[in-house]
Amino acid sequence: METGFLTFLLISLVKVVVVVVITLMSVAYTVLLERKLVGRIQNRWGPSRVGPFGLLQPLVDGAKLFLKEDLIPEAVDKPLYILAPMIALGCALLSVAMVPFGADVRWKSMDLLQISDLNIGLLVILAITSVGVYGIALSGWSSNNKYSLLGSLRASAQVISYELALGLALVGVVMRTGSLRLRDIVDVQAAHGLLSWNFFGGFQFVAFFVYLMAAYAETNRSPFDLPEAESELTAGYHTEYSSMKFAMFFMAEYANMITVGCVATLLFFGGATSPFGPHILSGSGPVSVALFSIFWFVIKVFGFLFLYVWVRGTLPRFRYDQLMGFGWKFLVPVAIANIVVTGFWMGLRLPLQ
Amino acid sequence: MHLALFIIFGAFCIAGALNLLLQRHPINSALSLIVVMTSLAVLYLLLGAEFLAVAQVIVYSGAIMVLFTFVIMLLNAGKEERTHGSKMAYVAGFPGAAILVCLLTFIFLSHKGDFAKARLGEYLVTTSDLSQVLFTKLLLPFEVTSVLILIAILGAVALARKEH
Repeated sequence: METGFLTFLLISLVKVVVVVVITLMSVAYTVLLERKLVGRIQNRWGPSRVGPFGLLQPLVDGAKLFLKEDLIPEAVDKPLYILAPMIALGCALLSVAMVPFGADVRWKSMDLLQISDLNIGLLVILAITSVGVYGIALSGWSSNNKYSLLGSLRASAQVISYELALGLALVGVVMRTGSLRLRDIVDVQAAHGLLSWNFFGGFQFVAFFVYLMAAYAETNRSPFDLPEAESELTAGYHTEYSSMKFAMFFMAEYANMITVGCVATLLFFGGATSPFGPHILSGSGPVSVALFSIFWFVIKVFGFLFLYVWVRGTLPRFRYDQLMGFGWKFLVPVAIANIVVTGFWMGLRLPLQ
Repeated sequence: MHLALFIIFGAFCIAGALNLLLQRHPINSALSLIVVMTSLAVLYLLLGAEFLAVAQVIVYSGAIMVLFTFVIMLLNAGKEERTHGSKMAYVAGFPGAAILVCLLTFIFLSHKGDFAKARLGEYLVTTSDLSQVLFTKLLLPFEVTSVLILIAILGAVALARKEH
């Protein structure tokens, strides 16, 4: 059934607005989650004065960043200086368009819980990550500052090195699914609940750990956050940025974290499916199916964000040469070995066609 | 819809290419080239080649142009100097460009009826079709190309090593 163009446009616009608003609110509250959790790991309360349990802190932080003076130093390359945080935030928010947040619930034959259902969804997420390097590279270069340039070169080298391990880790999942479409990847994992998720029944646990470590390096988070370490490079590539542009880099980092969490749940933990199987706690009838699937998806992504902050509060930082050696000499060979072993396993299991 | 997208992204391609030639600082030229590569990816998508479009973005915009950008940043290439145009540009450049434009016009006018026929057909070439052909009928060229790229990598590493 073909939908009219106007219906398509309207529903897509509504979906985009809802997803962007929810993503930006999640970014703000992820910052609060991080501050509270890191505080508890360090045996202190996090922000707890603004609102009950500090829940209004992100709103106040947002207002502060908005009202700060927006300094643009004189010697910067203005067009690139202003463009770089826009590229960073744009790419971070664009990846969320491919993610299916719940089951395939349709209204007027339009998929309500996913913005764009591409046949090559997974590759497009990788492509957007590849283009996101420019935000980092151009910000350091346009700042006309030695520390910024060094920080941005290190960060870009880190990102492009770990992109390779990231892509290779996902090949095992694609081999098991036979398709690059994110809904197909989730559907293959829906058969028997927990046991058919790619992490357990698909035996992709090695790929999962490679993906997780590569993703931590891609998003410049601890323990790979050398480019942002204040004691090393005076805040690296976003030294010269103030107020709204700094906020854009900040939001881009947390939005990337959320995207990594979403992709990890979709690829390795069954996405929006229930761990008890397709009949228990999965709902019946469109509204409850949608609600239950969104509930499971949000719980899993929240688990990943918790893990991110937990690792940040626990592990010390890598040195730069350790970081590059880890990416090239350990993660890439392990990811390739995973592809070979997955290939053998599938070749021995499936009949020859 | 198809035509509108083609005109918009074709215009981006041409604008990017012209900007590449006319900018004085190499970093702006590199960024215009990124715009050209990404618009080409959209044009591939309009022809139905989905995998090729994404591969274009990942390989060209995301890796090769990053390499270009790094080189420009590290070598600190500055603005072009304005020199007086060379005589050779006037003697051979303008007539050459004029000949090329006449040739292209002749070809376009003699094939006037064949334009606007390239469009999405009923069958979209999916990634699985591409991989079926690549790993069965075209396996030998695929493997030989991999060895060729490996030789290039080894050559680069050998050249970049410090002399002992």
